[in-house]
This record gives sequence, structure tokens and C-alpha cells, in this order.
Amino acid sequence: MGLDLTAPSLPVPANYIRPEHLQKTGYSMSATIVEKIFSQHCGRPVRAGEVVMAPVDAAMIHDITGPLAIRVFYEMGGERVFDPERIIMLFDHQVPADSIPAAENHVFMRRFAEEQGIHNYDMREGVCHQVVMEKGRAAPGEIVVGTDSHTCTYGAAGAFATGIGSTDMGFVLKFGALYFRVPESILLEIDGKFGQRVGAKDLILYLAGDIGADGATYMALEFTGRAIRDMDMAGRMTCANMAIEMGAKAGIIPPDATTRDYITERREVGSYDLASDPDASYRERRHYDITELAPQVAVPHNVDNVVDVTEVAGTKIDQVFIGSCTNGRYEDLAEAAEVIGAADRFADSVRVIVIPASRTEYLKALRAGLIERFVEAGALVEAPCCGPCMGGAFGLLAPGEVSLSTSNRNFRGRQGSTLASVYLSSPATAAASALYGEITDPREV
Amino acid sequence: MRVWKFGDDVDTDAIIPGRFLTIYDPAELAKHVFEGTRDEFAVEVREGDIVVAGRNFGCGSSREHAPLALLGAGVKIVVAKSFARIFYRNAINTGLLPLVCPETDAIQDGEVISVDIEGGYIEVNGRRLPIEPVPDFMKRIVEAGGLVAYARNLDGVEICNTG
Repeated sequence: MGLDLTAPSLPVPANYIRPEHLQKTGYSMSATIVEKIFSQHCGRPVRAGEVVMAPVDAAMIHDITGPLAIRVFYEMGGERVFDPERIIMLFDHQVPADSIPAAENHVFMRRFAEEQGIHNYDMREGVCHQVVMEKGRAAPGEIVVGTDSHTCTYGAAGAFATGIGSTDMGFVLKFGALYFRVPESILLEIDGKFGQRVGAKDLILYLAGDIGADGATYMALEFTGRAIRDMDMAGRMTCANMAIEMGAKAGIIPPDATTRDYITERREVGSYDLASDPDASYRERRHYDITELAPQVAVPHNVDNVVDVTEVAGTKIDQVFIGSCTNGRYEDLAEAAEVIGAADRFADSVRVIVIPASRTEYLKALRAGLIERFVEAGALVEAPCCGPCMGGAFGLLAPGEVSLSTSNRNFRGRQGSTLASVYLSSPATAAASALYGEITDPREV
Repeated sequence: MRVWKFGDDVDTDAIIPGRFLTIYDPAELAKHVFEGTRDEFAVEVREGDIVVAGRNFGCGSSREHAPLALLGAGVKIVVAKSFARIFYRNAINTGLLPLVCPETDAIQDGEVISVDIEGGYIEVNGRRLPIEPVPDFMKRIVEAGGLVAYARNLDGVEICNTG
């Protein structure tokens, strides 16, 4: 459908509240951070369980789910998107195009970006969730949606961020708003200090095992406690990223000095003053101490099938993947490189694929000498993209093969054959395992 | 209607694997539905057959290809003990009816069941299993024939009205 670029103005829906005009709401009752975010967007106190049509501050589409969202936008009678500056477009699942249909999808989306005046990061920047965060497109108190289930990653920035389907996104593209059922929250209080070579990925895998694959369905997970306060943004993104693996609608970390430092490098934000009230009403409060936590591994074929690494140590592996929106940041690559240390090479029996999550993270790793170290050790380093986690582009597994991956899902068939097996771990465990060709406790290397 | 029975945690990668996500046509997607996990499904499924499962049906990826693949295969109703959140919304939006029934253990693969949405039950072997009502704001979308039809008639939306 051709569009008239000279159309006079965007059809902004009546009553659409611009974020700069967010209203301060008088809370007569205490509220969770999620209730506060929805209340601020609605200009009145909103409680968990309510269904509201809330304006969104940003909406992300990528090359897999974006084309369908655009088609739906047109089918809904859409002509101009609600606000091109609030739409984030990029390609990461199939880049560079791995098939003619993938290339056609890219062309279709590029044309839409041009017609609508949307800035398109195209295939230049990297994996969607990393790019949204590092470009400062999600900030404390915002509501951000994306046509990808791991959109919950932006909870690390203190945003309410959730994955939606393409039809919901078509609606968002047209109206700039969407129906939300404001979720109840589960408060996770996580105290203690990580032991050596144990970190955020081990914590979130442990939580997935404890809470279960549907233990937080329809709810928000709020991460608090000393271990979270001590955690850098990379670790917080790893945690928020996998909230969906417990069925959660969102994972959120109340903004603090770490959040402020990260965001202020990227954009101006009105206020970082956003937290749940101490007497807010939670569905459940859970307390953990990570001091004794061992490296964790999710074993096939469910993310909540989690054990201490010692229980599966010795399992032979054919492929190791270090990367993804969960663990493809500089800090993750540095963690892997530290474990490799002075070791000469990865085991000959293992294929090692390393994929930085973005161009920015790639450059950081390159300048720090990490990429050279991985290549010397025998890794195949690919340009930023979803890689084997997407299960369709490349790095697929044959029947009977075993992969250890730093990504977020080990479903049957996720990385190729349904007769293959995928284990999930931290970058440290993945690197240690790559050295020996079998699942290895990184504390023993 | 013939039942295709599945267990807990049926993920969207199982419903439609990642390598088929460049396809958007439901009929084409249907050729690959459950490929590798239940190959006979795509071949033997008939118009109107019903998928019945345990907990957390449709977990994982937000890919709308999953409900579209089922619709393309002729499946109009999925019954499960519970659904993953994004799949549930995607199903409602695209016209696949997700029904929550806590007692799906009583339904076996290959059985013939009937669904009475108005009455709020599934009938299997003369026994009635209750199904939970679709939430009100979702019901309006179902009644409109999906979110596209619902949205086509809207000029704008009223921010922060209650659904």
C-alpha cells in the first residue's frame, strides 16, 4: 500500500497523554512500581487487576515479527503510525539475510520505515533488546512494548516492558496505545554476594527452576535486594530478560544510581524517583540468599529444569554458543575470556560460536582484545545477531547433537533438530565447558 | 471433533519451529505445524479438530505464527489448563479461541468432544467439564471477529478507560 508522505499530520488519538505531560497522581493507597507506572500514564491511581488502555512510550519491531505487524497495521486501516519517533525498527534474527524470503521481509520493512519516517537501525546495530537499551530507548517509568517475548529485558532500565504479538503491535502502530491488564507483582528479595565465577545468569536460572516455567504467568517480577543493587546493568539485563521464562509479563528493577549512570550517558530522563511503597500489595514475596549459589545449568528441554553444574558435569557437548540478548554483552564476553585465561585452545571436539549482542559491544570486546583471544582459541566469531538462538538462521544442531548455550531457551528443537539437546548456562560455565568438550564447573578451571 | 492431546509447557517453537518464521500464510505454516515434535499432526489434522493440553500452553516466543499455523490447520479451539500470556492474547487477536479448562486430564487423545461456549462446558463421554469464561475485554475482541476487525472500526482510542 502506497502512502502519501505529504499527509498533514499524524492522527494522534484523542486523549493521548504525551509522557512529558505525565500526571502526578495522588496515591491514597500504597502501590507497586508497576501500579505507579500505569497510574502515571493514566493520570489516576490504577490497581493491579484493572484493564486499561495505556499509551506506550516506545514500540520495537524486528525482522521476524515486524512484517506481520505492518500488514496488520494496514488491515486495521492504518495510514500513518502514531508517532514515528517512538517506533524502533531493526533486523537481528536473520542477518545478513539467510534466505530470499528473509531478504524480502527486510525490503518490506525498509520501505515501511521510509514511508513512515521511522528511523531504521536495519542490520547495523545488533540484537533488538541490547540495541533498545544501549540507544536509551527505554527509561525508568516508561511503558515499552516489542514484538519479541524478551522485551521484558528493559525492566533493567526501570521501564515496564513486555512482549506482544504482531496483531497487538499493529494496533499499537496505529493508536499508540494498547489494552493492558495491570499485573500483580511478585517481590524477589535477593541478598548475599556471588561466589567466584557465579553471577546473574546462575541466579536467573536458579529462580526459573524455583518459580517454574509458569510460576509468574500474568505477573510482574520485581527484583530487589543487595545482590541486585550490587549488580551491573549487564547482569540486570540478564535477569530481566528471562522473566518471561517464568511466564512473567514483565521483570522490573527499581531504578537506582547504577540505572541513572547508564541512562544519563544516553538520554535525559525527568525523574528516577520510582519505587514500590514498602507496604505495597504483592501476590507473593520470596527471599533468596545467593552466597552459596553454585553455577546453574538448565537441562533439556525446559528452562525450569535447572540443576547445579556439578550434577551434569562431564556431559559431552558438540557446540557452545556464547551470545544472545541474555548474555552477549561485553561483560559476558569478558567473563568467558577470564575463564579461558591462558589456556591454549578450546577442545577440538567442540564448535564454539561467539556472537557479541551489538556493534557497540563487539567494538568494546574487540578493543579489549577479547575477540582476538576467542579466535585464537578456535572460536567462530560472528557479527551481532540472534545466531543459533533463533533456531533458523545458522548454527543449527543435527539429531543427537548437544549444545551448551548462554541464551535463554532450551526447548526441544530450539536450535535445530528436535532430536538435539540444548543446555543453558552462564558465559563462565560455557567457556569452561568449551575448553574440555564437556559440561565443566567453571570454579574448577 | 477429534482431540489432539498434548502435555504441559507446549512451546511456540514446538508449534512452529524458528526456521519457518519467514512464512506468514496460515495454510503454508500449517504444513509445518508441530514439525519434528508430532509429525502426523500436519498430515492427519482435520478442519474443526481441537487441541487439548495441560499447563502453560504456548509458552516461549511471541511469534504469532503459532496461532496462525493452528488456524491454517483448521484448528479453531485450543483447550488447556492454562495458557502462556502472549499466546493467549495472540490467539484471541487472530481468532483462535483459547479455552481454560482445569480438567483436561479427563480428555484423551483421539476422543471426540463437543464444546458449548455459551453453556461454559466441554462434553466428553457424557461428562461435562467446566470451562472458564473469557475475560470481558477479550470477549469484545472475539465478538468483533478478532482485533483487526475490532480496530478497523475505531477512529481513536480513549486512553485509560477501563476495559
